[in-house]
Amino acid sequence: MGRLHAEEMVLNMGPQHPSTHGVLRLKLTTDGEIVSHIEPVIGYLHRSFEKHAENLEYQMITPFTGRCDYIAAMGSEHGYAMAVEKMMGIELPERVEYLRVIFAELQRIASHLVAVGTFGLDVGAITPFIYCFRERELILDLFEMASGARLLYNYIWIGGLAHDVPPGFVEKTYEFLDAFDEHVAEYNQILTGNKIFVERAADIGVMTPEVAINYGVTGPSLRASGVNIDIRRTEPYSIYDRFDFDVPLGQGLQGTIGDSWDRYYVRVLEMGESAKIIRQALDQLPVEGDVKSAIPRRIRPPKGEIYFRSENPRGELGYYIVSNGKNVPVRLKMRSPAFSNLSVINEIGQGWMISDVIAILGSLDIVLGEIDR
Amino acid sequence: MTEQEIFEDLSRKFGDKIIEFMEEGTQNPTVVVDAGTLAKVATYLKDDVRFQFNSLMNLAGHDADGETDLSVIYHLYSTELKHYITLKVFTSRDEPKVASVAELHKTANWHEREAFDLYGINFEGHPDLKRILMEDDWEGYPLRKDYVPAEFYRGMRIEKVK
Repeated sequence: MGRLHAEEMVLNMGPQHPSTHGVLRLKLTTDGEIVSHIEPVIGYLHRSFEKHAENLEYQMITPFTGRCDYIAAMGSEHGYAMAVEKMMGIELPERVEYLRVIFAELQRIASHLVAVGTFGLDVGAITPFIYCFRERELILDLFEMASGARLLYNYIWIGGLAHDVPPGFVEKTYEFLDAFDEHVAEYNQILTGNKIFVERAADIGVMTPEVAINYGVTGPSLRASGVNIDIRRTEPYSIYDRFDFDVPLGQGLQGTIGDSWDRYYVRVLEMGESAKIIRQALDQLPVEGDVKSAIPRRIRPPKGEIYFRSENPRGELGYYIVSNGKNVPVRLKMRSPAFSNLSVINEIGQGWMISDVIAILGSLDIVLGEIDR
Repeated sequence: MTEQEIFEDLSRKFGDKIIEFMEEGTQNPTVVVDAGTLAKVATYLKDDVRFQFNSLMNLAGHDADGETDLSVIYHLYSTELKHYITLKVFTSRDEPKVASVAELHKTANWHEREAFDLYGINFEGHPDLKRILMEDDWEGYPLRKDYVPAEFYRGMRIEKVK
């Protein structure tokens, strides 16, 4: 009998593959079932956002930002609006700040629901996905009430909001929050402690804090490695310093700190914290205030540049804007969180089985729209 | 540590390779560094216990007007000491090259590829410098201000943007 001949094989995962969360291609170098190298190939969704931005007036860019991270459009708009406002030194009415926080946190819950649900789906749990989308629909209803749109809102404008929330919005948001805690308990019942899910996620793709920071990983994926950095807490923007909330960290409850299960569970806990923030913001929401009063007639930031970062559901969303005093930016770079978060996959995915790479990718919660921009 | 103090320390250490300190006209005080020395400065800033700049938040290429030098901007943050510094290098338009920090900050690997892709800046010492967002055989560097798109790409007409 001759010896078994084994050689490495390059396997293309994607670009069209349901578990790649968009149009992503992973070039896997495999030795049997074991993956020895992963090379992500991106750019399939590149829509020249930054080139467009250099030809558009500042207020015309807002809808484009939402189309980058389409799972969390409110977060993208919020970050962009704050960056330009900081350049121009605009003071916002209190009501605007509170409403923005409410929308940003609702968006965080909605985005984490997608992350949690699709992660379950990736490893074979179909039911939790349907549950998560059920609650997400309720949040989209709230967004629809306020902005008229369910996915891409163009609602947070530079200096204010497109319009005030309609009557009944606050009550409906309270209703959503009252029911939400029970729903989180449901996810915990069907997915968090689910034996099959734990087997698929715990101890898989462990990311150490050093690796995470070095690769520029941010957001829940970073905090799952035990690094206590949440921009809402470390450098509070908007009015986040007024709210009482915890920053959940990975604790390795089912395995090792920084494994795929931790990245999942941090998101589950963060949804509860976001619900806490929304409740506080609703309690304190000023009744009076014109949400359009601070919107400038002419948006011409003074000559100069800024790098402004905020905590998007996926991590640090930064805008680097260079202005020459005109109504069109000279340069606008979006530092998208998932771009850096994805780049770590070769480091943490090496040596695992092909099916584990799917789990690791799911736990990173990527959105190709903002990676390719 | 404030940005001013960091600038003074760098000036003592690297002499005239540290070109200037910009505070006016930017929300993030910036140290302008010689392009060839950048990797050394970044290593020093990361390894020295007083700085510990272990996190590269952002790396952006920039073309101001289509005539003058290109530039690259590095936004650094220390997760331990919670302070910031922004570094900037200028490099010539005809032969743009900057020392790579991809081995030091792994996140720079993709960000430098992006700056190469869109501005044509060569990062010397980068392990795998190739296009990342555009197609591999794309011609030109789209974010340069003097960029003129080709008429065709693989037989498809490229629409002119006004």
